[in-house]
Amino acid sequence: MGNNVLISVENVSFGYGETTILKEVSFTIAVADFLALTGPNGSGKTTLIRIILGLLRPSQGRIFLLGEEIDQFQQWNRIGYVPQKATNVDPYFPASVREIVAMGLLSKKPFPRFLVRQDEELIDGALRRVGMQDMKKRRIGELSGGQQQRVFIARAIVNGPDVLFLDEPTAGVDAETQTRFYEMLSELNQKENLTIVLITHDFSIFSKHVNKVACLNQRLFFHGTHDEFCSSPVVQDLLKGEHHLVCHRH
Amino acid sequence: MQRALLAGLWISIPCAILGVFLVLRRDAMIGHGLAHVTFGGVALGLILYVSPIFVTLGVVVLSALGILKLKEKAGLYGDTAIGIISSLGMALGILLVSLAGSFNVDLFGYLFGNVLAIDPGEVWVSFLLAIGVLVTTILFYQEFFFLTFDPESARTSGVRVQRLEALMAVLTAVTIVLGMKVVGILMVSSLLVIPAAASLQVARSFKEALVFAAVLAGGSTTGGLILAYYLDWPPSGTIVTFSGILFLLLFLFRKLRVRASIRKQ
Repeated sequence: MGNNVLISVENVSFGYGETTILKEVSFTIAVADFLALTGPNGSGKTTLIRIILGLLRPSQGRIFLLGEEIDQFQQWNRIGYVPQKATNVDPYFPASVREIVAMGLLSKKPFPRFLVRQDEELIDGALRRVGMQDMKKRRIGELSGGQQQRVFIARAIVNGPDVLFLDEPTAGVDAETQTRFYEMLSELNQKENLTIVLITHDFSIFSKHVNKVACLNQRLFFHGTHDEFCSSPVVQDLLKGEHHLVCHRH
Repeated sequence: MQRALLAGLWISIPCAILGVFLVLRRDAMIGHGLAHVTFGGVALGLILYVSPIFVTLGVVVLSALGILKLKEKAGLYGDTAIGIISSLGMALGILLVSLAGSFNVDLFGYLFGNVLAIDPGEVWVSFLLAIGVLVTTILFYQEFFFLTFDPESARTSGVRVQRLEALMAVLTAVTIVLGMKVVGILMVSSLLVIPAAASLQVARSFKEALVFAAVLAGGSTTGGLILAYYLDWPPSGTIVTFSGILFLLLFLFRKLRVRASIRKQ
């Protein structure tokens, strides 16, 4: 494994009963990559992320996260995760923005994991980075989808992780909020060297923000840089009309 | 009366605090299911001539863990697993009562509760168990909160979700057994559910929800017991009705508050 490899997926397969979801998927993710993981509905993207994070056990293959095999992995404070539908929050759930972001600090705290004064500064810092510092005392259910997303990103980055996983974070969010959201991710990726793994169907962000692309449909049928993605005949055939949108950097 | 008030307070407050987690996890029915199991536990204790509180505690803790295992191993939905275990617990109770056929009066006290008749030994046992539940909940507060809000992300933060769920099930079992003495088997789940649901009408943060639930539980128990004492009403029914009225008032308060804020906009 190279020195700058953060995540290594080795020959991973997964299925429910006789249904195959993933077949012999192998690839690596390096430091400061901004990887878009894409593919049609039901292609296994979310399953793959859940396997990488140890939430599902593969039927075959191995996962190495920050150099450790996933079964033994303990450095959860170096991982940030925003799950799919994170913003489907019960509007009456009694949690303030501050309390949500504080959850992200648990992974580096020893038992009994009480919060101390320095933690408040970390919470304030994370909320500042996503432009939500004025919302600290608001109840999470009162915020818009875009604002909730920012809070969940703050929770994911409050520990200063090395890798951030986002599963379709802009589903159901208006175009303007999406643009601001991806600009914020780009900034975190470029200025803070944060490695980002993003599940998305939105090809329009490829040209502006990501530097690596992985295409999945049970098998991994493409993994490479954005330029390689655009010159790949398989991808050209797949994208057809959308090729211009995806492959011309603005 | 003083003894009843003290026991009622330190039993109902941990019940309400734990209830907030259960209600938000949509696990409120586990309280109802385990309450059915206590019937089997009490009957077993009475037939064995052993203190029913200890036998019931063992039976209900094992049942709570059994519900989790059944969900995990048989791939059942939570309410299905609760339905199976609670029915079996109740069935055990009915069989034992039928076999013994002689302790109907004792069992009646457990079914409907009578905190005014609580003896000093039971007060101490209840106190120690309630303190145990409260301290454990405080120590695991952050993990329980994360588990309640977003179990999947909790796992990716290194929270041991399965162990915590087992711990929460055990705490629920203990509070059910404690509450049985205050309001009886038939209404014990109300101590978990009603103050928690009432607090959620007005709380703006999780800590507020826990504090409000504890205050409402304390208020319902005190108010209910005082009314029951002076009006000679059954304490269990009075406490639960008092608690229900508080829920209704807070529900109306929330509705009015929402209407007022819409009018302001």
